[in-house]
Amino acid sequence: MTDRGLRVVAEGRVQGPEPSNPGIPFAADPIEGLRVNLAAAERRTSALAGRRTVKKDWQAAWLVRALQCIDLTTLSGDDTAGRVRRLCAKAMHPLRADLQAALGLADRRITTGAVCVYHRFVATAVDALQGSGIPVAAVSTGFPAGLSPLATRLEEIRASVADGAEEIDIVITREHALTGNWRALYDEIRACKEACGPAHMKTILGTGDLQTLRNVGRASWVAMMAGSDFIKTSTGKESVNATLPVTLIMIRAIRDYREMTGHVVGYKPAGGISTAKDALAYLALIKEELGNDWLQPNLFRFGASSLLADIERQLDHHVTGRYASFSHHAMA
Amino acid sequence: MSIAEILETMEYGPAPESDKEARDWIRSLGAETKLFIGGAWRKAKSGASFETTAPATGEVLAKIAHGGAADVDAAVKAAAKAGPAWKALSGHQRARYLYALARLIQRHSRLFAVVETLDNGKPIRESRDIDIPLVARHFYHHAGWAQLMDSELADREPIGVCGQIIPWNFPLLMLAWKVAPAIALGNTVVLKPAEYTSLTALLFAEMCQKAGLPDGVVNIVTGDGATGEAIVRHPEIDKIAFTGSTEVGRIIREATAGSGKSLTLELGGKSPFIVFEDADLDAAVEGVVDAIWFNQGQVCCAGSRLLVQEGIHDRFVAKLLARMEKLRVGNPLDKAIDMGAIVHPVQLQRIRELVDLGIEEGATLHQPAARLPEKGCFYPPTLLTGAHPASTVARVEIFGPVAVATTFRTPAEAVELANNTEYGLAASVWSETLSLALDIAPKLKCGVVWVNGTNMFDAGVGFGGYKESGFGREGGREGLAAYSRPKRMAKAVPLRPEPQPALTGDAIGSAAVDRTAKLYIGGKQARPDGGYSRPVLTPAGAVVGEVGEGNRKDIRNAVEAARKAAGWSGASEHNRAQILYYIAENLDARASEFAERLSAMTGKRKQDSAREVAASVSRLFSYGAWADKFEGAVHRPPIRGVALAMNEPVGILGIACPESPSLLGFVSTFAPAIATGNRVVVIPSARYALAATDFYQVFETSDLPDGVVNIVTGDRDALAAELAKHEEVDGVWYFGPAEAAGRVEKASAGNLKQVWAETVERDWFNPAAGEGREFLARATQVKNIWIPYGE
Repeated sequence: MTDRGLRVVAEGRVQGPEPSNPGIPFAADPIEGLRVNLAAAERRTSALAGRRTVKKDWQAAWLVRALQCIDLTTLSGDDTAGRVRRLCAKAMHPLRADLQAALGLADRRITTGAVCVYHRFVATAVDALQGSGIPVAAVSTGFPAGLSPLATRLEEIRASVADGAEEIDIVITREHALTGNWRALYDEIRACKEACGPAHMKTILGTGDLQTLRNVGRASWVAMMAGSDFIKTSTGKESVNATLPVTLIMIRAIRDYREMTGHVVGYKPAGGISTAKDALAYLALIKEELGNDWLQPNLFRFGASSLLADIERQLDHHVTGRYASFSHHAMA
Repeated sequence: MSIAEILETMEYGPAPESDKEARDWIRSLGAETKLFIGGAWRKAKSGASFETTAPATGEVLAKIAHGGAADVDAAVKAAAKAGPAWKALSGHQRARYLYALARLIQRHSRLFAVVETLDNGKPIRESRDIDIPLVARHFYHHAGWAQLMDSELADREPIGVCGQIIPWNFPLLMLAWKVAPAIALGNTVVLKPAEYTSLTALLFAEMCQKAGLPDGVVNIVTGDGATGEAIVRHPEIDKIAFTGSTEVGRIIREATAGSGKSLTLELGGKSPFIVFEDADLDAAVEGVVDAIWFNQGQVCCAGSRLLVQEGIHDRFVAKLLARMEKLRVGNPLDKAIDMGAIVHPVQLQRIRELVDLGIEEGATLHQPAARLPEKGCFYPPTLLTGAHPASTVARVEIFGPVAVATTFRTPAEAVELANNTEYGLAASVWSETLSLALDIAPKLKCGVVWVNGTNMFDAGVGFGGYKESGFGREGGREGLAAYSRPKRMAKAVPLRPEPQPALTGDAIGSAAVDRTAKLYIGGKQARPDGGYSRPVLTPAGAVVGEVGEGNRKDIRNAVEAARKAAGWSGASEHNRAQILYYIAENLDARASEFAERLSAMTGKRKQDSAREVAASVSRLFSYGAWADKFEGAVHRPPIRGVALAMNEPVGILGIACPESPSLLGFVSTFAPAIATGNRVVVIPSARYALAATDFYQVFETSDLPDGVVNIVTGDRDALAAELAKHEEVDGVWYFGPAEAAGRVEKASAGNLKQVWAETVERDWFNPAAGEGREFLARATQVKNIWIPYGE
């Protein structure tokens, strides 16, 4: 069981609570008693776009925070060690130094929340990020389908942890959720949790495959009961990835779970979040439904690859008043 | 605050909408605004004006012309002058104007939104995202009805000059709800915006000019209550449409009684918001936000009474309190504000007093911790728990951001509590069980039910109340009746009192056993309470028979019997049809007996009387046919979902039948009423009452459940006024001379029952005039049940 309590980050500032979820014994009530109304969820998220906005310095600060919450990710068949090292470099310096200074943050270490890679590149990334304080996250359970034998998946987790991954992103067997076999899903996630040891476990529900918000809500509960430190929407490989309504249901489950058990679980939307505007919408929803504790990388991450570039350009615009060229910002 | 500091607090910060263009426009109005009459801008004749302020700051925005009776008169004259040409245009030509207005409103949408927010205090999000788009949608939708009027409303015509008085809570939206249907169908209007919020109406008038709308079709007279009264009392206005408080609605009902003006009222509410234990509680919490903290709770259909199933009450309230902490109250021009300013200090004071009273009466106050802006007219989102059904705050309309919560145990109790109010505007039902929600919705006595939603509106879906929330619908096909009338009304002849022959004292010789015609109450023949009878005479004055002299106690007993026959309203349409056919069958079997009786009373030839009996049998067949065919509609508003427009019975209808033709008039009025599920108290023709009393035996042999039809004979007009006064009676139909109709309308103000007073002749023998949809529509009210769906 991991409960590392409060993490003291590089600039010596305490960043609020970390996830701490030992899980609870399997219970059917929260799953069977769950009620989700899709139309109401859509109304809530679409209305929020008009109810909340941040402008000027507030927008800049929120974008910096969004950037700090990014799990900078590469999960492609053509990944190489060189590509991963480049990504790590970007994670350590996501914001051009002159911009960071213009924003009044010159004395801060601004980094992304983590770097997320396949198991094969964990050691490379750990090495590249040495001394930065940026954790390496690995997708380690037969990603993205998660259908390799459980023993293989558990072995992969252990190998990633051994290579230095501090965070493990696992994928659930969607079949268990689609057939209502919640107990089996619980047991599987529980086994992964044990394999993770001290590493934080982020559980990917594959919400695009689960399709209904009711399924999403139920799977969220099972994942949390089984001890997930984070629940995460998607692999990024489904046809539909993170959405605001899905987010609403997952974070409400996090809130209710905390109310019931006292345990704190983080949230990670992944896939399809590519613009600064999208990111702000997510942060506003998190602030409204979960509160400020979740507006920091200990409890909130974006799984994204192209989001960073757009945030940088928006911050550039904030500083200079001009819309920036992509070529003015270093690529990952 | 530096970016580094914001990174610590993660606050939202200010996000102001610019009001520069809006203020420029307000300045363009000059030192004092003008009235829009006959297509021109005119000063108020009296030269008087009043200030309109921004409730968020208290600053004066403009000086508004105070229109007086002379200005109203000029506007009415302009509207009357414009009427014939406007009406004579083709539907397509009128549609082009409405389409142009819709486009103009869209093109200037932000200006409208900012002006509205400045003047009213509502959040810019709401005026920008909700009010103004609905306004444009309303003009688009009604451009369509203008286009289709010639084909879809071929037998109807405009009413004439419409006086329209609107409230301050949705200034432009209420204008659109009034103006769009009126002018689409060929009426012309004189509209008075609310005193607190005149500005967007003036901006709309500018759009009318830009659209090239013919002069006088739309006239805007700004002013106060006195201006409104001048409209209500103006003799050349044909129709009054009012949205506002029930109190003022009642005054208008009394003031227009007997004037021949058609009237629709959209009044107050205390709408229930019912949360069942199987609801998505978080969704329901957001529903409360949209129900009572939308527009600072200044919404006639606000879900202000939370009825929460006991087992989940505490959990629900805890979630709600947490949610309230997140609501942001402040500058309505800030784009990230949930609640803006209360419209006026007077309203703020009323809210404060009522909340204080609620606490005094035992309710527990909950308000979020955040502080309100120091200046301006603000009130925090408020929840009162433990407010029992008897407490003042659970009964009166607060018209502010105050919800009261109480519990229920069972679905039946939820319905009972929900209906335990004089109002009947709207309701929300929250449950994830379809069979439960769809069982509850029809049982709620109100014009709109939202299932798992609240405060949803669309131009294609009718909106309006039951009971003391008013009558008439706005929006959709069901809203068109309020601005049109049957074409035959234009050349109709006023009804005169039926001549009464002088009593000669002779009796018609007959060998038959003496028959005593009593009253017919609860399926039994009952002696009149007073113990008096009145004679029914031949034209020569001889006595044909005697009928009971009913009085107000007999009316009371008849209404009580009708109340107990509530099962009829729930009977299947097939069942009601069968009984109507059976009544026809039994009347037909006695056709010659009825014909003889009619001839004895009227002196008409036997074959003419036989024709009346045959027409009556046919009419019963017609309503037997209609009973299972007067169906509602399935609206498709722009959501993923449907709105079911259900034709529901008015309830207990009092009917004062036409004096003549006595039998056909009796049948033509009670039959559509009971075919649609009403229970009726009928006052038959006084002059020819035996036609109805002879019918007792027809009813008794036709399996009609007791109390569905009750008959009280006697002084028709006096009894009709008693019916109109009775507060358990939901509607009254009166067919007779204008003077008595006025008394009926006046007496109806007590519970604002809907009155159909027809004071002109009608050819009852002609099916086109004597039966059909017109009657069925009057016998029903449309309830719209919104059902958003999706998994």
